[in-house]
Amino acid sequence: MLQDLSMNATKNVMKIDWQNYSSGDFYDEVIASPGVARNETRHLAHYLASLSGDELQERKLSAELAIKTMGISFTVYSDAGNIDREWPFDIIPRIIPQKQWQKTERGLIQRLTALNCFINDIYNDQKILKDKVLPAYLIEDSANFRRECMGMKPAYGVWSHICGSDLIKDEKGEFFVLEDNLRVPSGVSYMLENRKVTKRVFPELFENHKIVPVTDYPNQLFDMLASLSPRKSERPEIVVLTPGIYNSAYFEHSYLAQQMGVELVEGNDLVVDVDDCVYMRSIDGLKRVDVIYRRIDDLFLDPELFNPDSVLGVRGLMRAWLKGNVALANAPGAGVADDKVIYTYVPAMIKYYLGEEPILPNVPSFLCVDKKQCDYVLANLDKLVVKPANESGGYGMIIGPQASKKELEDFALLIKSNPRNYMAQPLISLSTAPILTNGNAEPRHIDLRPFILQGRDHSVTPGGLTRVAMRKGSYIVNSSQGGGSKDTWIVVED
Amino acid sequence: MLSRVAERIYWLGRYMERCENIARLVNVNSNLLLDLPSNMRVGWGSLIDISGTGDYFERDTQLADEKTVINFILMDKKNPASLINSLSFARENSRITRETMPMEAWELINDLYHYIRDRADKVTSRRDRSTILLHVINSVQQFTGLLAGCMSHNNAYELIRIGRNLERADMSTRIVDVGLVNLLPHLSIGGNEVLEPYDNILWMSVLRSLSAYQMYRQHVRDRVNAEAVVKFLLQNEDFPRAVAHCLKQLEQYLWAMPNNEKVLSAILNTQQMLDEADLSALLEKGLHEYIDELQREIGNLHFKIAETWFLPVVVAQTQEQKSA
Repeated sequence: MLQDLSMNATKNVMKIDWQNYSSGDFYDEVIASPGVARNETRHLAHYLASLSGDELQERKLSAELAIKTMGISFTVYSDAGNIDREWPFDIIPRIIPQKQWQKTERGLIQRLTALNCFINDIYNDQKILKDKVLPAYLIEDSANFRRECMGMKPAYGVWSHICGSDLIKDEKGEFFVLEDNLRVPSGVSYMLENRKVTKRVFPELFENHKIVPVTDYPNQLFDMLASLSPRKSERPEIVVLTPGIYNSAYFEHSYLAQQMGVELVEGNDLVVDVDDCVYMRSIDGLKRVDVIYRRIDDLFLDPELFNPDSVLGVRGLMRAWLKGNVALANAPGAGVADDKVIYTYVPAMIKYYLGEEPILPNVPSFLCVDKKQCDYVLANLDKLVVKPANESGGYGMIIGPQASKKELEDFALLIKSNPRNYMAQPLISLSTAPILTNGNAEPRHIDLRPFILQGRDHSVTPGGLTRVAMRKGSYIVNSSQGGGSKDTWIVVED
Repeated sequence: MLSRVAERIYWLGRYMERCENIARLVNVNSNLLLDLPSNMRVGWGSLIDISGTGDYFERDTQLADEKTVINFILMDKKNPASLINSLSFARENSRITRETMPMEAWELINDLYHYIRDRADKVTSRRDRSTILLHVINSVQQFTGLLAGCMSHNNAYELIRIGRNLERADMSTRIVDVGLVNLLPHLSIGGNEVLEPYDNILWMSVLRSLSAYQMYRQHVRDRVNAEAVVKFLLQNEDFPRAVAHCLKQLEQYLWAMPNNEKVLSAILNTQQMLDEADLSALLEKGLHEYIDELQREIGNLHFKIAETWFLPVVVAQTQEQKSA
């Protein structure tokens, strides 16, 4: 009896005990071995352990309240209709030492530079195909190759102006690139809002750390977009084009428009006039638009050229763009490099276009289109992660070690029926970080999505959006499938 | 400013005002009941008549009890003009237009929405209801103050004020009308005859539902009587909830808008119609018809505004909740 009572008592004042925290063989970003924090996280670990269970709980509640009040939400599509959910957030920040980050940042810029060279080459001279660095059928078969864009030369030769690359850390704590999102990557608003929430919840933590601020992103985005303007006016007219309130990332569209002080427009706000210029309908009449940050997929952009049923787009928009009367970010067709098969060639692109060695490594990959590699994939399906080339959001993929026999068999059929569409990677042991759950800290897998901008200049967000698989043992970090997030700190070491 | 945003902003102004009006109306009726003897029935149903949503109330409004009516007016999702729906529309509109307003405005509306949604089952208790409705009134006032103090007084701001004053003018005409026809069926028109003992209380309640009682006393300096109340609520230019005042404000905001010729000529007509009305004579005969006409003019004003500044696609009609 006495024993029980004392256990109850400890439960109520439960604190974080790093001695009992273990992430097994995975690289944990806070705790190096039971009870011992990493050098860069020692203040954080010590501070968290000093809080009582009630204090931790109070912080957690205040974060939830802040998120509700600030209206930070995202939309989930389901059979029961679209649900607006509050943004899932874990209050324990993730720390990355600045030194490691500086190298990563260089690697990301190198990567995006090469990717943009590649896209521009594909839509113009196609030298990389002629030199047989990359097989031509990959482009011809690509679902994201837009023939309509051939011959187009956007400003600075840049097609993907805003890129979100997903990074993971292996068991040694080194960054690898898992994929590049070159079309309409989302998540940056949550990176910004996460920082605001942490400031409200843990202001005292900011005293012991030198944390690189993230707030400059909207300015950098604005400057980058302005640098694309076809008219060299003092203040170009920039707009954010959203599919509308029912899109899962609507919060972000509206947030970025607000932060940049530009109009948030929907398709029917814009009109392409007889002069092939784009105008928006305002209370003063028509107003010329110079740069469109579009958050609509290629195929919905212009019913004249693409999907004729699209009500989201603007009739004639492609005409205006191809004539150079308006800039589109990202450019239509940029997704040709966003394909998970093309991804495997990025290290080769870096060497081909820049004559440099890749600073950031790819995750080793197998292409099912290659007979030998495909046989290997089919024989080792239970050990691999297989992804379709053009899906995003974690849809349509299989994680071999976690799949049932039936699921594996079904998936093998899918691969055989369309090998071109699949690529496989070994299951990388994603690093872990502690999340606060039931009053205690438990390790969960995380990744990182930094955002890289390229226009006239380059910039990279300090850190990015850390996504967390909130379920124990899970590798799925996508918010559409129950993932959460963490504030990410690039910390200057003393 | 985008035409689509203009439309949303305008409706945001209207919905926020509507929320406050609903809260005031219900609160006043609740208080009025406490003052009346139990054998004297003031119908809760008249609240439904005021809001013009009788069609959605699938039952006889005259027989409706307090609980049913309160639920219908405040929390019923099927009633397009209910408090919860008005708030939810206001929230959607402010979510869409949040980049044009200070961030706190969105947070305030979002908070208020959650506050009401979480208390859906509490509003039938008279004590809780009063607290909840006061919170609504205070929040809308705070919203108004926040914009006045922290938002640039630009076209977006004008549109919010245009929406607010149009909604307010509309509501005031409805309250006067229902006061005449339903709330006081036994009224001795003209105000010169001996008032039944409770008529006084009822007219006071009409004034109170517009927070007009105190201002009325200062201005009229006479006992509360029908003629003075109707004149005050329709023709007074100083009291913010009197129709003439709302129209005067509207005119002023409309002047600040681009391409305003058609809308201005419509408002000037409406103002003239109100100025020239002989309310004493109308009280004897034809006031109800006159108010109908006035409401049509206000509705027409809305259509002129939509035609001038909103998107040509008729998004407006899906948002239109009552014959404004």
